[in-house]
Amino acid sequence: MAAIDAPYPGSAAAAAIFRTCRFTGLKVDIAAQRLIMANAVAAVVFLAVGGVMGLLVALTRWPAVHLLPSEWFYLVLTGHGANVLLFWIIFFEIAILYFASAVLLGSRIATPKIAWAAFVLMLVGAVMTNVAVFQGDSSVMFTSYPPMQASPHFYLGLIIFAVGALIGVGIFFGTLVIAHGEHTYEGSIPLVTFGALTAAIIAVFTLASGAIILIPTYLWSLGLITEIDPLMYKVVWWGMGHSSQQINVAAHVSVWYAIGALTIGAKPLSEKVSRSAFLLYILFLQLASAHHLLADPGMSATWKIVNTSYLMYLAVLGSLIHGLTVPGALEAAQRRNGYTKGAFEWLRKAPWGNPAFAGMFLSLVMFGFIGGISGVVLGTEQLNLLMHNTIYVPGHFHGTVVAGTTLAFMAMTYYVLPLIFQRDVIWPKLARWQPYLFGIGAAGISLFMMGAGTLGIPRRHWDITLTDAMHPFDLPSGGFLMMGLNGLSAVIAAAGGILYIVITVGTVLWGKRLDKGDAPLNFPLHKQAATVAEYGSHTTVKLPGTIILVSIFFLSFVLYYFVNWKYLSEIWLLR
Amino acid sequence: MAISPPRNRLWWNEPIERVEIGWIVVAFLWGLFMFFFMIAWHFIGGQNLSTETYRIKPPAYEEKVVAFAEKYQVAEEDGTPVVRPPAGEDVYLLARLWEWWPLLELKKGQSYRIHLSSLDWQHGFSLQPVNINISVHPGYEQIITLTPTQAGEFGIACNEYCGIGHHMMTGRIRVVE
Ligand code: HEM
Ligand SMILES: [Cu+2]
Ligand SMILES: [Cu+2]
Repeated sequence: MAAIDAPYPGSAAAAAIFRTCRFTGLKVDIAAQRLIMANAVAAVVFLAVGGVMGLLVALTRWPAVHLLPSEWFYLVLTGHGANVLLFWIIFFEIAILYFASAVLLGSRIATPKIAWAAFVLMLVGAVMTNVAVFQGDSSVMFTSYPPMQASPHFYLGLIIFAVGALIGVGIFFGTLVIAHGEHTYEGSIPLVTFGALTAAIIAVFTLASGAIILIPTYLWSLGLITEIDPLMYKVVWWGMGHSSQQINVAAHVSVWYAIGALTIGAKPLSEKVSRSAFLLYILFLQLASAHHLLADPGMSATWKIVNTSYLMYLAVLGSLIHGLTVPGALEAAQRRNGYTKGAFEWLRKAPWGNPAFAGMFLSLVMFGFIGGISGVVLGTEQLNLLMHNTIYVPGHFHGTVVAGTTLAFMAMTYYVLPLIFQRDVIWPKLARWQPYLFGIGAAGISLFMMGAGTLGIPRRHWDITLTDAMHPFDLPSGGFLMMGLNGLSAVIAAAGGILYIVITVGTVLWGKRLDKGDAPLNFPLHKQAATVAEYGSHTTVKLPGTIILVSIFFLSFVLYYFVNWKYLSEIWLLR
Repeated sequence: MAISPPRNRLWWNEPIERVEIGWIVVAFLWGLFMFFFMIAWHFIGGQNLSTETYRIKPPAYEEKVVAFAEKYQVAEEDGTPVVRPPAGEDVYLLARLWEWWPLLELKKGQSYRIHLSSLDWQHGFSLQPVNINISVHPGYEQIITLTPTQAGEFGIACNEYCGIGHHMMTGRIRVVE
């Protein structure tokens, strides 16, 4: 007898084929699995291309090495920004969206054919923009501020890529609707899916801003529009450029929670707080483009203050909350796992040999301490004068998007490989070191670029000796030293990056197959949380370790904030 | 588990952990403090970026700068006029591919209304080693009131990427006692 709610034969629901994951018990739609694989592979390819470019850029900015000639430097820097910030990150995010919807909810993915079309669009767009960059007349940086102009297909590629990504986001929403309609899960969606949902909502706003500004810019590059106002462009462009960073944050915070659950059985301290923190991202980021215009003419101080802080600090509040709830969830889980001695046994005995856990924890710490604190300081109306457009800025965002997002995504890969590709991670000994290598390198490039920027070294600059300049002068020698240390750190980061690529590609091609037999994982999952206690005050654990960590963080934040005000108060008077 | 639906369907009725509440309050107050501190700096601080800005066509701006340079030129260095405006005077500085024009000589402790605009692309006024950094746009004339507090030779780099000569774009401000 057929169940009443069995799908009609021939319907999309009936056509979907599932397998059951023998590690997690999750029902995995094969169509979704293939799409996740395709998007993840594309992401890794663009990371490889963009990462090599990053190394070349850093080696050129290392004064003693000064690798590339100037034309190549600016070309490669444009390619670096586009390939890593846009293509690597967004392809991987699409994979995460499909994973967080179809896989975590045990649902079929909505319209897989259209999802493939979205993938092809993104690929075509990304390749087109790369072609434009390598042809040499589009070295405009990925921000492409007018009146500087790139070839039309530079913009067209970005537009096509954005449209593809937007469709991918639509597939995510569609899948949520299907999962809800077909009752594939009970109650509310999981926290990780909720985080992905906030990322997706922000993505719609972001990609729309991108289209609003890039389409006229494309027409302008074709000669159909005579002028693009540079200030207006900057405001709208950063509506995309900044908000898309909030997508990254929402995505990598989701990844933190996911890895915490997979590796040590962590669950949120309270669903309500963690979810509200995600909501803050959606509600309070829309005008965050303001803090990219703090040193620009034509905006009132009120506009700058309101839009950077009142609205932005509430988004910052979201991150600050996760900054407590994530380590708190980890500590609580570890204490349940039996590590209850002192304030930090839970941390000492954490699975540091598991690259997913190690990468996640490093990402959490570095995103907070490096990317987060510097971001708020940089986004303070007056303090911005000290570092606007210096290499402090790339220093800050390598703390967010490399040490934070990229490292979190790398960590996640160590579970995407066994659970989705069904291949066990090869060379576990090497894999164990990968997050540390990349993490130390990423911390180094972030901190040394910040240091150099504090000393006034400009960003996107081929020759800080200013030898060929008409009125040469000396930039501080400390800045040169910092740029050298940055180069060294870049080599370490690149080694970690190459290791990641080699392990990932090697695993996909030659990893032990997990779909047959019952071999255990090299990096085992936490025994399912069947024994995890219900939430309730009686099971509430004390979290002394987390409180200490968060206090150290807060003190560093306050100190660094005031150090910069002190520094500001010593420069020339300015009204 | 964060990857499965909350076990308690009515999760929004669950109480919140004490540490969570405590931290939310601290973080929120800190956010408020930072917000008000920016406003306060407009009253207590000596470094606030002016927002006085006018729209102007690049050729019109160029004319003003040339007239200013001719009026107060005192010397020439590297083929560029050195201009010494009287204290308190309006000072015009021009950004173009790839120089800051003209060279300026200012007096320590005096205030000047410095006009900034670009003739072509966006540029980045980066006064070193003081470390004051301001974006300069074509079509917008921004006026800042600047008071040098140190004497000596100061360089202006460009820190907004402006094409292949970006790293050659410099200028100079000399501050005399
Ligand atoms: C091996 C790893 C990496 C190294 C060594 C590296 C190094 C650098 C350096 C030295 C710069 C140039 C700063 C300047 O001259 O202005 C730069 C710029 C940049 N990097 Fe990276 N990076 C790496 C990975 C990444 C990743 C993974 C991302 C993004 C997820 C990223 C995003 C960016 C962006 C957006 C820029 C700015 C480009 C521009 O100014 O237009 N980088 N990177
Ligand atoms: Cu310039
Ligand atoms: Cu420049």
